Amino acid sequence: MSKQLNVALIGNPNTGKTSVFNALTGLNQKVGNYPGITVDKKQGVCKLSRGVKAHVLDLPGTYSLNASSLDENVVIELLLNKKDKDYPDVAVIVSDVENLKRNLLLFTQVKDLKIPTILVINMSDVMTRKGISLDIDILEQKLHTKIALVSTRKNSGIQELKTLIENYKNLSTQNCLDTSTIDPAYFDRLKIAFPNQDLYKLWLVITQDVNFGKITRQELDVSKFKTKSSSELKRLQQKEAIKRYQFINNVLKEGQNIDRSKARDLRSKLDKILIHKVWGYVIFFIILLAIFQAIYDWATFPMDLIDTTFAGLAEWVKTAFPNGGKVTDLVAEGIVSGIGGIVIFIPQIAFLFLFISILEESGYMSRVVFLMDRIMRRFGLSGKSLVPLISGTACAIPAVMATRNIENWKERLITILVTPFTTCSARLPVYLIIIALVIPEGYIFGLSYQALTLMLLYLIGFAMAVLSAYVLDRVMTTNRKTFFVVEMPNYKLPLLKNVCITVFEKTKTFVLEAGKIILAISIILWVLASYGPGQKFKNAETIVANEFSDSSATDLDDRVAAYKLEHSYIGLIGKTIEPAIKPLGYDWKIGIGLVASFAAREVFVGTLATIYSVGSANENESIDTIKTKMSNETYADGSKVFTFASGISLLLFYAFAMQCMSTLAIVKRETKSWKWPILQLIGMSIIAYLCALIAFQILK
Amino acid sequence: MGLTIADLKKGEQGIITDSSSKNIPLKLLEMGCLPGNRVKLLQLAPFSDPMYLNINDSYLAIRKETAAQIIIEKTNE
Repeated sequence: MSKQLNVALIGNPNTGKTSVFNALTGLNQKVGNYPGITVDKKQGVCKLSRGVKAHVLDLPGTYSLNASSLDENVVIELLLNKKDKDYPDVAVIVSDVENLKRNLLLFTQVKDLKIPTILVINMSDVMTRKGISLDIDILEQKLHTKIALVSTRKNSGIQELKTLIENYKNLSTQNCLDTSTIDPAYFDRLKIAFPNQDLYKLWLVITQDVNFGKITRQELDVSKFKTKSSSELKRLQQKEAIKRYQFINNVLKEGQNIDRSKARDLRSKLDKILIHKVWGYVIFFIILLAIFQAIYDWATFPMDLIDTTFAGLAEWVKTAFPNGGKVTDLVAEGIVSGIGGIVIFIPQIAFLFLFISILEESGYMSRVVFLMDRIMRRFGLSGKSLVPLISGTACAIPAVMATRNIENWKERLITILVTPFTTCSARLPVYLIIIALVIPEGYIFGLSYQALTLMLLYLIGFAMAVLSAYVLDRVMTTNRKTFFVVEMPNYKLPLLKNVCITVFEKTKTFVLEAGKIILAISIILWVLASYGPGQKFKNAETIVANEFSDSSATDLDDRVAAYKLEHSYIGLIGKTIEPAIKPLGYDWKIGIGLVASFAAREVFVGTLATIYSVGSANENESIDTIKTKMSNETYADGSKVFTFASGISLLLFYAFAMQCMSTLAIVKRETKSWKWPILQLIGMSIIAYLCALIAFQILK
Repeated sequence: MGLTIADLKKGEQGIITDSSSKNIPLKLLEMGCLPGNRVKLLQLAPFSDPMYLNINDSYLAIRKETAAQIIIEKTNE
């Protein structure tokens, strides 16, 4: 077998780099992680002629080789390390025909690393509409490269690109800028210190250390070189940028002609409305409403379907393998319901990713960031925090991951810390049952009390997120510089193929990543609930049979299950924490629900269903019966367990408490320290406990 | 100190004369915020912050505090 051909796709954000990737690889792609960090690593295989296969890597979008974020750092680390197994044989720089000048900056940087480089000029279909004409021959000659004019929308130019990739050995590695002209004296010194190294590469290594922090996976050690102060280096970097633009301007003067009178200006027309000081906000609000409506409305049907299917599957396992004993129980109650608990969120999460990717692809998201930045900044957040906070209504895990494009570390950290306050979809089942239990039916202005309560809970979650951001902003000090640069891309119609692939990939990642943890916890919970110490647990059947000798068979089974649970390990945990949660209005059974909820909040309803010994063959029926059982639940003195006061207290507790292992794990990965998730856990628990306590004590 | 981008009014243009302040992120320089390049203020968010600009044919939004570091000369078309 011949050596595989490595291709790296590199480009600015919003150039359609991912579309080119999708066009090259089709569905032959997989998303993984770079070792140690959670930046998505997208790779695919592209078939060239004569059976040659290219291994294509879609690198994160970046404006230059000077990284300012984790995602961008991936690009530079790869390009500086020839030993990396993904080190490209050929780099494909994707540019957008309308932003050629700016895109070429990155091109010249990559080219100066002496990597064979092809230039893709994408979106060539809009050229005439924008009055742009290019002289490809001149551009190829001046840039010492080969150019592929591509339109992913019209699906043209991809074949030509494949041919260029195949013949990469013919590409020139002539550089664009002689690095030493930036500061001859300095670079002479560098040349003497490292006689065998490429100057530009050295320069990049030195300046990355200054800007972003140590590059961990590179071969050069420049620490002994006496360099300049960081402000002098920055000045040289500015000089480098100026020199690169001089080169680019000279190239474009001959190779590009723009007739601005022909340009049709969709951008300014749409911008006038979409970021208008009043209408901009109104439109944004309407879009949000529509998205929420769609997520809840459209996702209901598939979610019900999944729910019934998994309940049926669990039943089937029990009937099909009646003699399996503990193994059957583990599969039916632990594994199947555990997997069901993950799969049920797929519809909502997929819909949310669908909308987010449409908003991003169309260019609208940047406008929202622009509109909201000032408001969010008052609370120590950034306009860019809005995307995570909105995503948080589906699930905090992808939301925390979506904070990565916030450049400012403090703003990013605060966003990560407060995002779990937004009402995620896992809280919904809990809210629904408690609201049904304690909020009276009835209408005010045509709106039901119960619906209003639900809406209020969403608002409370959001308000708490913003409020705690404000407090964190005051408390935390940072000496890192704040900066905020947002590109306002052109408006475009999202490509269906891109949207579909994004939704599929993100949903898959969520299911696999979060799924592992939820599944593991489900099994642990099952074990804790299925075993107990001492004779009471072991002899549950006989004890219950003696006590309720006149009960029917099914009733007896239910009572046995409840008795067993009370004396299982998890029952003991519930009883142990009872004194602590008594002031909030909860008994030990709710305590078990709270403990179980730590795996995932939605487990609460299922756990209560088991505690109150209700069969759950049919979902609707079980909701009804569990509701009846819960509302009939009394303390020893005959007073009800679920009153208005304890219900509100429980709602508030669920609104604020950090009951999600998976989120904590993701926060740990994103902040690279246990400090922040632990702080988050403690802080949110205290807030939840206090709010629930105050609510119960006032209302009771 | 002379005029800065923060002094531009909606629709006004200028030429950047100095962008060497250390508070200007390198990323912004690399996106074309360099001496000699044209800048036009397209739109403002409420409270004039952030500012939506066209710098060197790139469409960008930056905060006012950053804009106030970039020295310009006003021009009329």
